[in-house]
Amino acid sequence: MPLTREGIAFRIARDLPDGSFVNLGVGIPTLVARFVPPDRTILIHSENGILGAGPKAAPGEEDPDLVNANGDYVTLMPGASLFDHALSFTMIRGGHLTHAVLGALQVSRRGDLANWRIPGPRVPGVGGAMDIAVGAQQVWVATTHTTDQGEPKIVEECTYPLTAARCVRRIYTDLAVLRVEGEHLVLEELAPGVTVEEVLQRTSTRLTVPDGVPTMEVPAEFAGIPLLAS
Amino acid sequence: MDRVVATCDEAVADIPNGAFIMIGGFGPPGIPVNLVQALRRRRLRDLVLIYCGGGTEEDGIGGLIADGAVRKLITSYPTHPGASAVRERYLREEIELEVLPQGTFVERIRAAGAGLGGFYTPTGVGTELAEGKEVRIIDGRAYLFELPLRADYALIKAYRADRWGNLTYRRTMRNFNPIMATAANIVIAEVDELVPVGGLSPEEIETPCIFVDRVVVVPREEIRRVARESR
Repeated sequence: MPLTREGIAFRIARDLPDGSFVNLGVGIPTLVARFVPPDRTILIHSENGILGAGPKAAPGEEDPDLVNANGDYVTLMPGASLFDHALSFTMIRGGHLTHAVLGALQVSRRGDLANWRIPGPRVPGVGGAMDIAVGAQQVWVATTHTTDQGEPKIVEECTYPLTAARCVRRIYTDLAVLRVEGEHLVLEELAPGVTVEEVLQRTSTRLTVPDGVPTMEVPAEFAGIPLLAS
Repeated sequence: MDRVVATCDEAVADIPNGAFIMIGGFGPPGIPVNLVQALRRRRLRDLVLIYCGGGTEEDGIGGLIADGAVRKLITSYPTHPGASAVRERYLREEIELEVLPQGTFVERIRAAGAGLGGFYTPTGVGTELAEGKEVRIIDGRAYLFELPLRADYALIKAYRADRWGNLTYRRTMRNFNPIMATAANIVIAEVDELVPVGGLSPEEIETPCIFVDRVVVVPREEIRRVARESR
């Protein structure tokens, strides 16, 4: 059965090493912070000027001058620091963040990412997406494997406007974990109860499938609930 | 050296039609809401705003756009909830938008304030935001050339000030404010509290008074309470 959104976030959090500096995009990526193992120190970066953002503030405890990049009123963990946007994007563009976890509209087999704009009569707005995609040491994507309409999001070539070319290293979906290896994608893990055939069917580009792809270890509570794309 | 003016209306009284105006803030923190409301009361036309978001009715920036005061918005993320005025005007082709990656947006402002003629950034290479921009390969990597971005006025928000215009910030109120303070001909700061000259520790002053032209004090009771509790 496919993973829930929390399941995807849980799986990603397991791969973040102690001492990581991580920027989390909106949607599923935001959930990753909840599942950081308690024995690891991971500092969450928020592009509006926080290193060491904590959980959302309890109702009534919000500080009117303290939000994260999603606009949520948050808290600061001990050891957090605050700074302006120029220093924040020095961290981002300068390659100082160890990881970024971003949502996606499409990812190509080469790791091209499209996640900022759906064509059509809409207001374009890019925010920090392009800077983070080119700047973080490792860019991981957290997404449903297909759209709500069942369209594959892992594709041969992105048809939506690009955020950055060849920036994605790993893709975590409700069905699988994939690694970008030069020009193609390698299937690394399957969600519990999901078959290789199912993944291939819902992916519109070729995957390299090693012998005996392992099933990922996630608590049962995160498997088995059908997902809606974010 | 006394930079303090009595009211927000007085502080923005000389801004002309067609001015380029930077406005600080990201989310509610750091938006000089009272200066923006005073600007709105001026009923100006053809303004070019340099602001990271799209503006909302509450922060007044959405109101300025809804009023038809804004010819062009230079921005990064005008698509957040509440940015309905810019959406409606854009879809009716009544406002021009220049959308920049957020790091490019702030670095263009920083470059202007630092007296630089521009910079090369890897951000945006190969995307539709690279159209018309010079590409240069440096050490095997592609970069886009970006120009500095200056304004006639900057409306910024800070926490405490002295009469000379030295400024401090609290929490995520910083965002674009200290950078915009360096990149406009006239810099106007809305602050919570005024302290005597010498009352701010030199180490905590993030915007030195050399950058600031006018200071308006608009106390916020809510912040006094929060700041006391978190001390």
